[in-house]
Amino acid sequence: MTGKPPQITMVQALNQAIDEAMAEDDGVFCLGEDVAAKQGGGVFKVTSGLTEKYGTHRIRATPISETAIVGAAVGAALAGQRPIAEIMLMNFVGVCMDQIVNHAAKLRFMSGGQTNVPLVIRTTTGVGVGFGGQHSDMLEAWFAHVAGIRVVTPSNAADAKGLMRSAIDSNDPVIFIENILCYGLKSDDPGPGYRVPLGEAAIAREGSDVSLITYGRTVLDALAIADEMASVGISVEVVDLRTIAPYDEETVLASVRKTGRAITLHEAVRPYGTGAEMAATIHEKLWGKLKAPVLRIGGTFSPVPFVAALEQAWIPTKPEIVAAIRSSMENG
Amino acid sequence: MAADQLRDAPSRAEIDRATLRDIYTRTMKVNRTDEKFRALLMEGKVAVMYYCVRGQELVSAAAMTALTDDDYVVCTYRGQGEQTAKGIPAEKWWAECLGKVTGTCKGKGGTMHITYPEKGIMVTTGVVGSGLPIANGLAMASQNNGDGRVTMVSFGDGAANIGGFHEAMNMAALYQLPIVFLCQNNRYGEHTAFADHTASPSIADRAAGYGMRSIHVDGNDVHQMYNAAKLAVDRARAGEGPTLIEAMCYRMMGHFFGADFSYMPPEHLAEMKAEDPLPKLRAVMLDRQFTEAELDDIVAQIDAEIDTAVARALAADFPDPHELKVDVFEEEMP
Ligand SMILES: Cc1ncc(C[n+]2csc(CCOP(=O)(O)OP(=O)(O)O)c2C)c(N)n1
Ligand SMILES: [Mg+2]
Repeated sequence: MTGKPPQITMVQALNQAIDEAMAEDDGVFCLGEDVAAKQGGGVFKVTSGLTEKYGTHRIRATPISETAIVGAAVGAALAGQRPIAEIMLMNFVGVCMDQIVNHAAKLRFMSGGQTNVPLVIRTTTGVGVGFGGQHSDMLEAWFAHVAGIRVVTPSNAADAKGLMRSAIDSNDPVIFIENILCYGLKSDDPGPGYRVPLGEAAIAREGSDVSLITYGRTVLDALAIADEMASVGISVEVVDLRTIAPYDEETVLASVRKTGRAITLHEAVRPYGTGAEMAATIHEKLWGKLKAPVLRIGGTFSPVPFVAALEQAWIPTKPEIVAAIRSSMENG
Repeated sequence: MAADQLRDAPSRAEIDRATLRDIYTRTMKVNRTDEKFRALLMEGKVAVMYYCVRGQELVSAAAMTALTDDDYVVCTYRGQGEQTAKGIPAEKWWAECLGKVTGTCKGKGGTMHITYPEKGIMVTTGVVGSGLPIANGLAMASQNNGDGRVTMVSFGDGAANIGGFHEAMNMAALYQLPIVFLCQNNRYGEHTAFADHTASPSIADRAAGYGMRSIHVDGNDVHQMYNAAKLAVDRARAGEGPTLIEAMCYRMMGHFFGADFSYMPPEHLAEMKAEDPLPKLRAVMLDRQFTEAELDDIVAQIDAEIDTAVARALAADFPDPHELKVDVFEEEMP
């Protein structure tokens, strides 16, 4: 073989991770709306081709019953299986929060460790496809605020594969957030068995002047802007959290200790976002070493609009991010 | 299938003596535990939330007798009956209720979250109706791995009006899960009488709407109650799908300990007293040639066991604050 290694899309990466896990462990199974072959293998085709291999008990197409889906995943997980429940779009978690927050998250603790809930809830979302107010939100902060849940989101196909394997391996409940706009992104195929440990951020690009801390789709914006800033002599370090909660505080603090400047960036609305939590921690732990106050960038505090003209203004824009970097650089 | 074909008739078929003795013993364990709890609360020796099960002892005991040790149970804050009758060791149960480190959950669950997988008590939820979807998952695991277990989930009449009930009933029937839904219709949800929260005359009627079998029984009649549970459990174990049992009963001590009764009409209170399951069960036992002495002896043994358990639980330590960092995630919190 010559040339480049084969490439896979994020959809293929997720599919491979689930396929490999199902092949290795009979206890891994998928459930969700339209996930089986008869329904087309999932709205975004992530479970395509798996029913043929594993049958309809392990790729269970469900009624439109999010509470019953997540509840069943909780129960099966308590019994030692490793369910992967799909909630078609992230906003629909609103109808099954009790199962996630009061049960999945807490049963290990409330049982004094006698039981645990090794489930993965896959869900997708994303601003920029015109889905409007009830199909676009990033709601990761809701879950980050609850003890007992891990929250994960990949920004590239290789991480998607590695994070999914680790999420399935995890003995704790994991909310796995996919982004509709990222499904087609390609990476070099990391090969079978690839894993990205939960709780480990990646330095997506090294830099020395300012740390841009982000995750998911906005990593792509951050990397593009870092390229541009390099040409004007500003060296931006991009930290991709990959696991949003509990996050890799050590890597974040190490980056900011080095650069002395930090900006948090997420697609979710800014108030009460994960960026606020990180900014507070950075201020608490690195006060005196900071050259500038930590800045936060997030989506506009309004429902996600429908029309592209508004949607593109709603998300953190490139000028906004560049302005934040410049403002941070003006200090120290 | 037509709705009437999905309804099983209550059965008064004779129960063998060994099983009857078992049901009686479990019923009295539940009852004596309840009596003891109320006594301790009255004396001020403990001050915790406790949801009395007086009046519902037989429903739980007969239902649990129809299960094996390995079968799964999901119950509610009013779950003392299921927990005790399924066989949680008294000492561990009491210690948990008193918040002690020797409890089933090291004092981190408490009365509303008793868990004991060793005897199949997988979840006790304090959220009305949330147990049903989870119970489906336990049953789904059994269906997936063919372990032959049956799951039984207990809940109240009030729980039949929350969304999760309907989602879970449909899903269980759709997949023909090995599960039994046990609705303990004690005719009240908190202070609201059944007729004030539900327009249809019975919860069991709803099963047909989901293509599920059902049975409506007098939960204070040992034959009806046990035979219904047995039928449903055997059906689930045979792979023939779920059943909804609606067991009519009375909540004789109010919503929780110390609750007020003023909202219950006098006729209801009188009816409740007349239908007390304990004298009825005792009469059945005597009728089947169990002697007074034999029955008293069973109760005396139970009381002795409870007294020991309570004494040990009272003497045990509270958990160390370090426990707050443990069992949040798999790894200890920093
Ligand atoms: C979702 C939810 N809503 C409200 C409550 C408060 N609550 C606790 S018990 C109860 C009554 C439930 O009645 P029922 O299901 O008949 O059970 P019972 O208490 O009679 O056993 C209510 C409303 C709750 N725990 N969960
Ligand atoms: Mg009730």
